Amino acid sequence: MAFNFSVPTNLTDITNGHAKPAQATFNVKTGLAQMLKGGVIMDVINAEQARIAEEAGACAVMALERVPADIRKNGGVARMSDPKMIKEIKAAVTIPVMAKVRIGHFVEAQILEAIGIDYIDESEVLTPADELHHINKHNFKVPYVCGAKNLGEALRRISEGAAFIRTKGEAGTGNVVEAVRHIRTVNSEIRRAASMGDEELFAYAKELQAPYHLLKESARLGRLPVVNFAAGGVATPADAALMMVWHGHFILAKVLWEVRVLWKGQLGCDGVFVGSGIFKSGDPAKRARAIGTFRRFISPILIPISINYSHVTYMSPPTSVPTVQAVTHYNDAKVLANVSEDLGEAMVGINISDLSEDQKLAKRGW
Amino acid sequence: MLALQGAFIEHVHILKRLPEVAEAILVRTQEQLESVDALIIPGGESTAMALIAERCGLFEPLRKFTRSKPTWGTCAGMILLANEASKTKKGGQQLLGGLDIAVNRNQFGSQVDSFETDLHMSAVLGESAPPFHAVFIRAPIVTALNSEDVQVLAKLEHQVGQTDTETIVAVRQGHLMATAFHPELTPDDRLHSYFVRLAQDYKGKSQDVVTMAN
Repeated sequence: MAFNFSVPTNLTDITNGHAKPAQATFNVKTGLAQMLKGGVIMDVINAEQARIAEEAGACAVMALERVPADIRKNGGVARMSDPKMIKEIKAAVTIPVMAKVRIGHFVEAQILEAIGIDYIDESEVLTPADELHHINKHNFKVPYVCGAKNLGEALRRISEGAAFIRTKGEAGTGNVVEAVRHIRTVNSEIRRAASMGDEELFAYAKELQAPYHLLKESARLGRLPVVNFAAGGVATPADAALMMVWHGHFILAKVLWEVRVLWKGQLGCDGVFVGSGIFKSGDPAKRARAIGTFRRFISPILIPISINYSHVTYMSPPTSVPTVQAVTHYNDAKVLANVSEDLGEAMVGINISDLSEDQKLAKRGW
Repeated sequence: MLALQGAFIEHVHILKRLPEVAEAILVRTQEQLESVDALIIPGGESTAMALIAERCGLFEPLRKFTRSKPTWGTCAGMILLANEASKTKKGGQQLLGGLDIAVNRNQFGSQVDSFETDLHMSAVLGESAPPFHAVFIRAPIVTALNSEDVQVLAKLEHQVGQTDTETIVAVRQGHLMATAFHPELTPDDRLHSYFVRLAQDYKGKSQDVVTMAN
């Protein structure tokens, strides 16, 4: 990570750099994100759901009070969840627990750090607390994940100290089109940067409003310099696999060195966040079928599933296990076909064109 | 390289730099597992890996593989290779087993307690070799050594548990090796070289190349 800009010695009175503690180094912060790769991080609203996610094979859970689709529906101000609920979730599972704070709300973050959660998501899904500034994430021991729609945003968040990036997508819509748009934007901007000379990169950094050294690093690597997950609208196992595969044909990369430079990095996402109402079902009759399918995938033991009624039909629990399988076997179409079968009613979702501008959560953050 | 979940690509990147490694194959199916001479089980989430392995029908083949073929488990991999593990999830944790040790998951706590430190691994690296910089991410620790055959490869210099055993962070038992930390998160390839030599020894013949599975 190119944070160590070498200020000329003794140019000022301030000590140059500080002795980094062995804990919470950037290496340690990004280390956990690296361990989550190839996995699915699931939104959960209570300990019971967290246990279901753990048994489904989730590599971590995101603790929320309300899933994004409900935040959308209910309106009002969305804030950090109650620490008590987060503690309950933490006590219930052995996998990492994440939770969200409002953009700029560093005190919500201090609270979550004090509880000892594993990652904080400074999230546009909650109502921003600061419309100009994000949290200075370097000041915290706990690492952060942030959303981004494009390369400039991603690099600005990393510059502020984010150790893990996700696409924003359009959370709570069950519509993967925005997540696809965001990852394609990031990828094509990196490809452009990779083909540029240094002088052009200085100018491109200005255009993207991104720090130059991080842009240069991304261009060199052919990918973001931190782990990047897909998020926002992933509704089926096929959606999850779609976000994982992005790099086209690596065989071509071995043949043409020029192409190899551009394709050198893995341009696909490293994993997926799956949210909005993985656990909800709008129809009790469907629930019975869902449990049956769920049972087939998990084990003969019936795992209780809490039910919540709402106006929108959400992705039913049967998709949790197949999504995990899809993320592991994203390049094996036969496996994908198998796990996509018989999932019950998929999330009805929302068309992006039906959203008004102020309903678009991805516009928050900058 | 067991590629069901986790930081497998980091291991592959190190293996590719070692000339003795013929090929680093990502293992997700039984055929791929059967094609390799040695296996690395990466860091990641042991709960997720075990569940995914079961669903792919890979769990029993993995257990069979680790009975006799060189296998190295890092962090989550160490947990899966242990005969016993504590602080497992409420549904219970399936383990591959093979290493006569007991481990405690998430010994140090959550992510804010993760750390980096230097380890003197004279058994592996040599007496006066520079220390190995080790990264511990929500790491486990060995709580008991249940056989004389288990060789301690590294210990933490500071006390982290109640007993002296609870400083052991790397072990070897014949063809099995386990580390609680992540060599794949640093550029130091000395432990990977050590494992490749281990694998070569077990391959029997004096072949220069080893097919590695990650």
